[in-house]
Amino acid sequence: MSGDENGVVQFGRRRFLGATGAGVAASALGLGTGRADAAPDPAIVEVQDWARFLGDGVAVRPYGKPSGFEKHVIRRDVEWLTASRASSVSFTPLHQLDGIITPSGLCFERHHAGIAEIDPAKHRLMVNGLVERQTVYTLEDLKRFPGRVSRIYFLECAANSGMEWRGAQLNGCQFTHGMIHNVMYTGIPLKTLLEHCGVKANGKWLLAEGGDASSMTRSLPLDKAMKDCLVVWAMNGEALRPEQGYPMRLVVPGWEGIMWVKWLRRIEVGDQPWHHREETSKYTDLLADGRARRFTWIMDAKSVVTDPSPQAPLRHKGPAVLSGIAWSGRGTIRRVDVTFDGGRNWRRARIGGPVLPLSLVRFYAEFEWNGKELLVQSRAVDDTGYVQPTKDELRRVRGTNSIYHNNGIQTWLVRTTGETENVEVS
Amino acid sequence: MSRFRSLASVAALLWLLPAAPALAQQPISAPALGRPALPAEIAAWDIDVRPDGLGLPPGKGSVREGERVFTEQCAACHGEFGEGVGRWPAIAGGRGSLNDDIPGKTIGSYWPFVSTIFDYVRRAKPFGNAQSLAPNEVYGVTAFLLFLNDVVDDTFVLTRENFASVRLPNAGGFYDDDRETAERHFWGREPCMRNCKAEVKVLSRARVLDVTPEDQKGAPKVD
Repeated sequence: MSGDENGVVQFGRRRFLGATGAGVAASALGLGTGRADAAPDPAIVEVQDWARFLGDGVAVRPYGKPSGFEKHVIRRDVEWLTASRASSVSFTPLHQLDGIITPSGLCFERHHAGIAEIDPAKHRLMVNGLVERQTVYTLEDLKRFPGRVSRIYFLECAANSGMEWRGAQLNGCQFTHGMIHNVMYTGIPLKTLLEHCGVKANGKWLLAEGGDASSMTRSLPLDKAMKDCLVVWAMNGEALRPEQGYPMRLVVPGWEGIMWVKWLRRIEVGDQPWHHREETSKYTDLLADGRARRFTWIMDAKSVVTDPSPQAPLRHKGPAVLSGIAWSGRGTIRRVDVTFDGGRNWRRARIGGPVLPLSLVRFYAEFEWNGKELLVQSRAVDDTGYVQPTKDELRRVRGTNSIYHNNGIQTWLVRTTGETENVEVS
Repeated sequence: MSRFRSLASVAALLWLLPAAPALAQQPISAPALGRPALPAEIAAWDIDVRPDGLGLPPGKGSVREGERVFTEQCAACHGEFGEGVGRWPAIAGGRGSLNDDIPGKTIGSYWPFVSTIFDYVRRAKPFGNAQSLAPNEVYGVTAFLLFLNDVVDDTFVLTRENFASVRLPNAGGFYDDDRETAERHFWGREPCMRNCKAEVKVLSRARVLDVTPEDQKGAPKVD
């Protein structure tokens, strides 16, 4: 067993199986208290209702839902953040999820005029402007195009972690980092549609427009549209959820979520950007000198430990599994490091699943908690060589008023009680 | 449009030829998908406006006319003077505050282009009753918002013709994303793994602010 002074013991396979450690390990896992007079476990010795009586038959639940014991696993909002829930945000419960795919019903929501409930038979996608053939498509038309693909991408709101610029504020990774989800999309490349309409030589920018009551618009450079954007109708194998843009949305891999226009109804081709509301008054990054960056599309490399975290405190001394997610809008996550002592010493985390470009990556670090205070952080590195900065490093460049693109390293303080708090450290 | 139809009919003719199944595998068969957008359809949806005025409808509106619409349809949330009610956004004031500790980002202090006001009001306002304003009302509301932000005086009338001559104070306040140069030092660093700092102090705590929603609080039990 190797340890350090910070409450963390490296938990290796050798130690777990070793003869000297066997008794300790069994005790730590709660495998039998060693007392011969212990009362037998009623969960074992009593026949439970579900083991005696018949359960629901097939078709009683024609669309399956999570167990009733999971009803606390839901999106939540922070009411004081916004004036109206119709133009607000709900957050993904990252601390209760695992793997890399976000269940469709738990993907965070950001609406600017509520959820549009659209009859797909009445939905149209128009391509107009600087194209040879201004065209109207139905959903059925899109499904008949050659070249359909499925791709897994993260979608992060540019304002994710935006409340944390001036210091630790919200207690929970759901609230500090929950404006992200990771989904498999199915649709056709936007390039296919644009080539079908024939972009004119002077076409350099697109305006993507939603069919909701905000008529959301964003300008998108043609190069990105031709590179990897998709028009999709499915997520995780089924139709998009209404709150995610049913019946069709734009997918803009690696770029800020506001550009992934939901309820997509129109794409206009032009020769200049439009400088609309969501790319001027919002989604621009005000720096300390009073000037602002615009068109900050790419989401930089970022990571967060989801367990332990304020909503997922440590409940057991002994063996524990740290878990978290990492992502980069510039490419593929190459490595993730974790620290238990606030960044004095780090170790490599273990990647526990698929490593895909522009997708969440799941990492783990097994450790043994001896009940001392921990300061937990994670640090992501992507394949462009970008190393996730500390919040202080970000503030030195950007000040505290940029709202968007806060990808700084997150710290959780685990107390001796296991209670975990959002903090910032020196 | 006629060109479109002729392409479709050529595709239909090809379908009858022996070689057609091979052709059907090619993306070129796609002209059969979709249909031409009609001018009235494009006019109904293509309402966007650019900084150079492209997309503006004919019309005009005065500060006075705009004040009437604003008072009836906008002031309940944005305030009579654009100061913002509760958590609804302030849209006037804040001039010269962009490098303050708490900046006031409004049309007058922050927004770069008049066209953004016109486009946004036209497509999304009033909140909950979008696209219900006539073009002259949008001109008027835009003129009134310029007046509230001390960009024009109270006799001003905004028209399609004079639109491009009106400038917002912070038009020069933006520049394109420069992270790859200004933040170049975040690339290519060898991450420190051992003895990276002498000591670690907690500098701020979320619990001091205590703003997390109520049902997320409560102490756990440890065994």
